[in-house]
Amino acid sequence: MNTPNDLKYAKSHEWVRFLDDTTALIGITDFAQNALGDLVFINLPEVGDQVVSGEVFTDVESVKAVSDIYSPVTGEIAEINEELLDQPALINEDPYAAWMVRVTNITDTEELLDASAYEAACAEEEG
Amino acid sequence: MERKTSLYETHCALGGRMVPFAGWLLPVQYSTGVIAEHMAVRQKAGLFDVSHMGEFLLKGADALANLNHLLTNDFTNMYIGQVRYTAMCTESGGVIDDLVVCRLGETAYMAVVNAANREKDAAHMRANLSGDCTFEDLSDDLALLALQGPSAPAILQKLAPAEDIPKKYYSLSMRVPVSGIDTVISRTGYTGELGYELFCAAADAPALWDALLEAGSEAGLIPCGLGARDTLRLEAAMPLYGHEMDETVSPLEAGLGFAVKLEKPDFIGKTALLADNPPKRTRIGLAVTGRGIVREQCPVYQDGVQLGQTTSGTHAPLLGRGIAMALAPAGSCCVGDQLEAEVRGRRIGVEVVPLPFYKRA
Repeated sequence: MNTPNDLKYAKSHEWVRFLDDTTALIGITDFAQNALGDLVFINLPEVGDQVVSGEVFTDVESVKAVSDIYSPVTGEIAEINEELLDQPALINEDPYAAWMVRVTNITDTEELLDASAYEAACAEEEG
Repeated sequence: MERKTSLYETHCALGGRMVPFAGWLLPVQYSTGVIAEHMAVRQKAGLFDVSHMGEFLLKGADALANLNHLLTNDFTNMYIGQVRYTAMCTESGGVIDDLVVCRLGETAYMAVVNAANREKDAAHMRANLSGDCTFEDLSDDLALLALQGPSAPAILQKLAPAEDIPKKYYSLSMRVPVSGIDTVISRTGYTGELGYELFCAAADAPALWDALLEAGSEAGLIPCGLGARDTLRLEAAMPLYGHEMDETVSPLEAGLGFAVKLEKPDFIGKTALLADNPPKRTRIGLAVTGRGIVREQCPVYQDGVQLGQTTSGTHAPLLGRGIAMALAPAGSCCVGDQLEAEVRGRRIGVEVVPLPFYKRA
């Protein structure tokens, strides 16, 4: 499992790359994409939408199932990665390059983990 | 507690992601993923463990008469080694199961049934047997592997005498040594591709599986899981019990009229089927034109009015789009009609398309 050290992680398997104190890119982790399998559809929010830490902000679909994605931060959608709308498989290929949304005006976050703590959480989840 | 097939350890060693299905633990996919497995079967070959399927042996002078009474198809003119698809109905015409019947000998037939319906089917068949006909459930002693895809014949010829490999679709050969293992090879499948299903003793399955994978490695053969099995059968518009039909749906409604012989003397369900022929509902094909994936049990609307609901749906890997099947009132729509399907509270565009979605060239 690939878990870059320069990112923060939510237990619900999203990664956060802070660009400054109140702006971040968000995507899903290698653990998540592997568990979901081949992704074939993503339903992204719209620019200007508010997202709330711990609440669903989008969903992705693999061949087999649809899965909700939770926002690790509270803030406002400033940009979406439109490339993913046509090529959701990019998330499987490189989940840390395939950011889903850029969020600004971040006022709150989930309890975010560093890479080693996130890996430990995944290990526990796998039992 | 789910049961394990004799290939459980093999699947785990190959990176199979094991999930519960119809009372069994089976791989939904291997490390290559559903799309790669699906494409392997369409372009090269794939190997499936379908040992969860049930096998019954019916023998005796009245075996044929019993099958003709229990099932909707007519088995009268089958040659030894022929395979025939059929439905089994309730008195009210609902589908108890869909199955294939193989004629193994002068008075011996094997029925291959869905895993989830094995006990129900056995009880129904036993309860309705008459005359000289024994019934034996062989399921626990038999494994079943499916070798599917355009490269399947070349792969099998490396391990079995060419003259013993069945040449005709829906026929089988018995007592065929495959890599030295005693098998029954049936030219059938559930993928829409050319392929075979190989029955063997459960204890022999790991050796047969390994021999097939090794023989097929150069040709691109890979192990495939339940995920690809579902997308492959859906592209080929093959019905799945519990989705396209169940005891509330008749085989005529499910589009299985070719396997219902209403001119046959009395059989279970005949009166009810005759009373709803042509059926009031039919199975239709839908291709997604909007954004999203339509899965099972999504309401389908025509001009804002609900027509019915989907019975199965997925992303079709070969076609690269969402596809679904639905039950709709007969004559309510035709190919090219633009409908809507409701997916998690959102309506997305779907177009009525002919079935199957994919047909082998």
